[in-house]
Amino acid sequence: MGFSDFFKKKGTGSIAKDRLKLVLVSDRAGCSPEIMEQIKNDIIAVISKYIEIDLEGLDIKITQMESESNNGTVPALFANIPIKDLKSPKK
Amino acid sequence: MGEVIVVTSGKGGVGKTTTTANVGTGLAMLEKKVVLIDTDIGLRNLDVIMGLENRIVYNLVDVIEGTCRIRNALIKDKRYPNLYLLPSAQTRDKNSVTPEQMKKLADELRDEFDYIIMDCPAGIEQGFKNAIAGADRALVVTTPEVSAVRDADRIIGLLEANEMKQTHLIVNRIRMDMVKRGDMMSSDDVCEILAIDLIGIVPDDESIVISANQGEPLVGNDSLAGRAYLNICKRILGEEVPFLDLDQKQGLFGKLFGRRKR
Repeated sequence: MGFSDFFKKKGTGSIAKDRLKLVLVSDRAGCSPEIMEQIKNDIIAVISKYIEIDLEGLDIKITQMESESNNGTVPALFANIPIKDLKSPKK
Repeated sequence: MGEVIVVTSGKGGVGKTTTTANVGTGLAMLEKKVVLIDTDIGLRNLDVIMGLENRIVYNLVDVIEGTCRIRNALIKDKRYPNLYLLPSAQTRDKNSVTPEQMKKLADELRDEFDYIIMDCPAGIEQGFKNAIAGADRALVVTTPEVSAVRDADRIIGLLEANEMKQTHLIVNRIRMDMVKRGDMMSSDDVCEILAIDLIGIVPDDESIVISANQGEPLVGNDSLAGRAYLNICKRILGEEVPFLDLDQKQGLFGKLFGRRKR
């Protein structure tokens, strides 16, 4: 797939495909933006009990990743949570 | 015992009615006895695409409500010996009919017809539920656009939830010149995203507009779309037909003639 894929990437068709893949993961999970927001707030609340985190840089989304058993992709909750200060246990 | 097929898509304007007309006519050409049912109550269109709009006496709602017998409402297409249309009602709404009534109607037609093809309205509400109620298999029509594919995915999910036995994908209105230059998703891309089996690829073809203008389905004629539709019919009958090489056509002819157009 490498070579032809490399050229295809230039077109808007592959942008469409990538965007669709992302939007369908959350569509299929039945996960509305409101629920994502709630999950995000809950995660922030839990982690903030122990660590000070950077709320600006926080990114939580549902995405796809390669399944470990090698049978295609599976949905995954991806969370990128930058830590501001490790040394302040309990805010 | 006939088979009930629903043609659906979620999004409007992707070619459900055109697909219904051409697949139905194609199956009739292949000597199957076919009835097309327009389930889009309030927005009747299959009759004009089939060129039968002047022959409507009774409609789907009349049959459901018992105003007439099924036999009296069916319009026989004089061009093909085995093809009938049950038109929709134009002045009623989707709630005039229930899924149970549609299922009963479809089952009654199974004895007489080989294929009962339901043209589903756009959307996922009552009209959709009515159209899929009695169906054994579904043809999901989409175009290679983000909105159509997203809606198709939703429809596929709903069909699965309703335990549809077989669901196949038709990628409609594909433009090989755009796919080649990378500005349109290919049928493989769409198929990969939706993860269901492909049963047809129909190119964007101006002869579709011409055929709609005339009220004559183009299935079986020499146009690319006409050949693509006939192939879909053969696949429905279980034949293994390779997909038309639209790419090849563009590749060879496109290089010679296609560029001149630009």
